[in-house]
Amino acid sequence: MDAFEILFTASFWVAAIRIASPLIFATMGELICERAGVLNLGIEGIMTAGAFAGWFTVYAGGDLWTGVLVAALAGAMFGLLHATLTVPLGLSQHVVGIGVTLLATSLTYFTYRLALPEVTSPPKIEPFQPLPIPGLSQIPIVGEALFSQTPLTYLAFITVAVVAWVLYRTPVGLAVRAAGENPSAVEAQGISVTAVRMGAVMVGSALMAVGGAFLTMSAFNSFFFQMINGRGWICIALVVFGSWRPGKALIGAILFAAFDAYQVRLQQMSGGIVPYQVFLMMPYALSILALILVARRATYPKALMIPYQKGER
Amino acid sequence: MRLEPKPAPSLAVTLLYPLAAVVATLLFTSLLVLAAGASPLSVFYLVAKGAAGSQFALLETLTRATPLIFTGLAVAVAFRAKLWNIGAEAQLYVGGIVTVVLGTGALPLPSVVLIPVIMVAAMAAGALLLLGPAVLKTRFGVDEVVTTLLLNFIVLLFVSMLLEGVLKDPMGLGWPQSQKVLAEAQLPRIIQGKRLHYGFVIAVVSAVVVWVIMKKTVLGYEMRAVGHNPEGARFVGIPVNRVLMKTALLSGGLAALAGFSEVSGLKGNLTLDLSPGYGYSGIVVAMLAMLNPLGVIASAIFVAGIFVGADAMSRVAKVPSYIADVMVATSLLTMVVAILLTRFRVKWR
Repeated sequence: MDAFEILFTASFWVAAIRIASPLIFATMGELICERAGVLNLGIEGIMTAGAFAGWFTVYAGGDLWTGVLVAALAGAMFGLLHATLTVPLGLSQHVVGIGVTLLATSLTYFTYRLALPEVTSPPKIEPFQPLPIPGLSQIPIVGEALFSQTPLTYLAFITVAVVAWVLYRTPVGLAVRAAGENPSAVEAQGISVTAVRMGAVMVGSALMAVGGAFLTMSAFNSFFFQMINGRGWICIALVVFGSWRPGKALIGAILFAAFDAYQVRLQQMSGGIVPYQVFLMMPYALSILALILVARRATYPKALMIPYQKGER
Repeated sequence: MRLEPKPAPSLAVTLLYPLAAVVATLLFTSLLVLAAGASPLSVFYLVAKGAAGSQFALLETLTRATPLIFTGLAVAVAFRAKLWNIGAEAQLYVGGIVTVVLGTGALPLPSVVLIPVIMVAAMAAGALLLLGPAVLKTRFGVDEVVTTLLLNFIVLLFVSMLLEGVLKDPMGLGWPQSQKVLAEAQLPRIIQGKRLHYGFVIAVVSAVVVWVIMKKTVLGYEMRAVGHNPEGARFVGIPVNRVLMKTALLSGGLAALAGFSEVSGLKGNLTLDLSPGYGYSGIVVAMLAMLNPLGVIASAIFVAGIFVGADAMSRVAKVPSYIADVMVATSLLTMVVAILLTRFRVKWR
């Protein structure tokens, strides 16, 4: 098979959609935070915490959906911490974000070692299984890629639709978008900017954590250290690439994942002539490239990273 | 709830809140220690003893503080100009690469010449690595947080490639490690037979130099002005972009010295675990020092003490040594709140 034919195989697109799923959750999470005006650099750590919380819940005897819920709650708690420090207290979103990532990551590793002091290879759980949707999954390539995935992947796509609908079609979404563009207009409506932003960061962080949980509960079946491996940072790039719109960000995530799946296959075909590290670098390099391409026409939410104090103009 | 500026805080208040931050950190980590089934007091005692309870412990803490001073300075310099360099980890590794490339026989020079040459080359490499994101920021408006973070992953993979390729140690038994640098390229130890090396002295001198740059030179003034208010700085004629470039060069160079000093002073060769996250810990070090270069020395020793002490503690008590990372991360968050509260009053209304 040559390098071009890969693009027309179902297994390639199945892998791409699988790789995209955690990115979709986390990108939607970051997008919500940023639309409300808060850059959440806690994403990498929150994904780590979510990956562990979901997996550990199942390992300890909970069922899979309980695991997803626990992961989301863990994410929301770190979101609450982030939001408390950055929204009412107005502390630097850069510093607090990195702090939350460091704290969430170290707490996760501490808890892992505490719960499993002696294990050398991480224990496995029974993860989400593919759930082919009757009929639709029979369509060649597209159907297989989209409709023979695990339930969590379907949830990722549903999340995009819900986020888009809420942001653009509901009063809550309007308040969130306005909080990121023109917070005093929100306050003028008698709505608390603080409440809107804190809520957005908590919901966004919950989604990031579910993105992390996808890795341990659907893509793989166990938790290991450094498994997020920069995916959180890539999602921040995807939000910019998607110009803060759920649909565009979804397309960005799928393109990115397709590229990632493609480099893995190229790597297998290259027969070791090119060092494998070059292939592994590509996703990160691609993210930087994508940022450069869109940077000139990127329109950041106007109040992004600007703390709001009631009564100030 | 709103924040109101306080009149100039008294010395007592300035000290009280950071102290409260330390207490809050200890209280929070006490809960984790209790969860681990140990007694917080005895665990904290063991950490303190492991960090400073003997000559060995103290020297080990200073050894561990050395790279943290460099990365802490790198972050302090950058953050002062609001250049968010989260890539000290990558710059550190680049400094390590240069040290190994030049120190394993490429330059037949005596020690007194070779070591300064390597230092300058390492700094140049680290500086160039950060110049990329700085140019992308000023020319294209690409956020440097994401680019510097992503470069950390790219550079680590690059190191891995080198260690399995051109820099592979033929005697390494398959381990991904480089050859050891020659004796001429090694920083001497401060005390014979102990691990503390002259990298620590270079780190302290660097802190003083950076302090002088920040407080006594035009560049330092411009960096602070740019960090405080870029629009205002531009308005009064400060070349903001050029100041950011210079900041990037200085910051990247300082972080690269961490890699140089670890290879040349301590490890002797380059491995994939040269840094257990010194680049990221540097952010905590810089923030705890409130971005003051001289304060970085103290906070680096403090953070290093926690890591060294926790390692010693975890060998005795059944508390995972990751408690150190939790303490360090928590102290970052409590300290930024403490600093805020010394300057502002919270009004609930």
